Amino acid sequence: MTVAVSILPEQQLAVLNEAYRKAVARKRFRLMVAAAVFFAALVVASVGAEVNLRTFFTYFGNFVSYFDRILTLEDGTRVWTNIAEWFWGWRKWLWMLGETILISYVGTMFGAILAFALNFFAAENTSPAPWLRFVVRRLLEFARTVPGIVFALIFVIAFGLGPMAGVLAIAIHSTGALGKLFSEIVENADMKPVEGVRSTGASWLSCMRFAVLPQVVAGYASYALLRFEINVREASVMGFVGAGGIGQELVVAIRKFYYSDVSAILLTIIATVFVIDIGTGWMRGRLFGKDART
Amino acid sequence: MTQLPARDPEGLRARYPEIFNRPVSARLATPAMMLVASAIFVFGLIDLDFSPARLLSGLHQLGWITLMMIPPDPGSSLPAYLVALGETLSIALLGTTIAAVAALPVSLLAAKNIVPSNIFRFPVRRFLDSIRGVDTLIWALVWINVVGLGPFAGVLAIAVSDFGAFGKLFSEAIEAADKKQVEGIRASGGNALHEIRFGLMPQVLPVIAGQVLYFIESNTRSATIIGIVGAGGIGLQLAEQIRVLEWQKVSFLILMILVAVAAIDWISSKLRFAIIGRRAVA
Repeated sequence: MTVAVSILPEQQLAVLNEAYRKAVARKRFRLMVAAAVFFAALVVASVGAEVNLRTFFTYFGNFVSYFDRILTLEDGTRVWTNIAEWFWGWRKWLWMLGETILISYVGTMFGAILAFALNFFAAENTSPAPWLRFVVRRLLEFARTVPGIVFALIFVIAFGLGPMAGVLAIAIHSTGALGKLFSEIVENADMKPVEGVRSTGASWLSCMRFAVLPQVVAGYASYALLRFEINVREASVMGFVGAGGIGQELVVAIRKFYYSDVSAILLTIIATVFVIDIGTGWMRGRLFGKDART
Repeated sequence: MTQLPARDPEGLRARYPEIFNRPVSARLATPAMMLVASAIFVFGLIDLDFSPARLLSGLHQLGWITLMMIPPDPGSSLPAYLVALGETLSIALLGTTIAAVAALPVSLLAAKNIVPSNIFRFPVRRFLDSIRGVDTLIWALVWINVVGLGPFAGVLAIAVSDFGAFGKLFSEAIEAADKKQVEGIRASGGNALHEIRFGLMPQVLPVIAGQVLYFIESNTRSATIIGIVGAGGIGLQLAEQIRVLEWQKVSFLILMILVAVAAIDWISSKLRFAIIGRRAVA
């Protein structure tokens, strides 16, 4: 089967071509301007960030050799030839790693509980009063925007050195993040059950308990698990500012140039993050079906 | 209307066995899970030295600190703070750009529709995963060892840790692209590079641009903290002021960070809409 391609008469084609060229030219011009602005911003930024390509290329060898060094034991052999020597401190590191996971677990729990208490006030469809919603939303935004480690720095001074500061910092940051996600789930919930419960004369609290909660609780648990995964990463650096966990060991090893320790601790952290990633993914799949994995 | 036989619980039980006679395992699953979760929670509280007395005295201290933060006041160091903020924004922009440029070719290698062979794809993926498993702050510490203290180390730290994230996100975007346009290019005689350039890139570039903008925004946040370990930017000032207990300056710096993040947030969401149009923002 052949299809005849219709060819327009010459003048008509010329007009169309002209219009096409104009449209494309305008688009190209815009793209060029955007690219120019972007490059100008990059140049300004590289001055601001003291980017020095000469340092970079002189020392880039250092970056590569750094990995060479952290994979070498003190007697000059490769780390994997002597696992016992490489992971000499595994007892202590595993202990610290356990503490790290515990910090993120307790922090996530605290955060989830607080977010749970606040999210009904922040959601548009369930908040009892507009001013309350405004206040709670700003609070959550604040908790979310200030980085967790900044809270940790302040809490270390208020609560003393140790894992407690880390837990509270993670808790506050998670409250902000989870509060927003939770309230979004509530906003997507079906309001008909609420009307049904309210029509029986129930209070606001009963409405939330019997009409909203059954719809949203699976989503809550899924997000909390996801947050736990993120918090494990976060907790691994809390030790940098003295807030407990394996970060303390790592920062000492890096600063004091205990090269093989750096690689050993990094590997244990990466392995833990992997395991937690896979574990929570599996759990979310088990609890809420395959579609909840993403 | 049907009447509910409320006075006949036995009949109800007989009619709906799946509700009234659930197996014990199903009935106990949720409470058991909650019990385990709270048991770990309580164990954690004890193991991590949470005592009510400590919590109370800490909260007391925190109250004092908050009082001393008011009003926020930069003292005489406002110019220095503005420079530091500029540095932070520069770190975020440069780091993200470098990461995106470096991640694009690697993400092609990690995409299933470009490299069908598992043997090649698997190591690339695991490599990207391990980079992502290490926090930005750790990368910052490593780079400080290599190029010395200062914002340049921060740029490289953000670039490396985002490289891992971008590699994964980009390759997912590529995998989600429509195959038909690539086939069209192949049918008209294009080679593999043509397929990528004219079949894939027009589809994935807007998605990628949206993700890059989003990361610039979230990296403004990360860039504020890498200063804490000495990699430049406003975090350096913040950590210093916290250590010397200059609370008014601390609160001013935190406010500056909040305003800067909100501003970048606003700009990038405008840009994202301009690039992606009214399509869903990925």
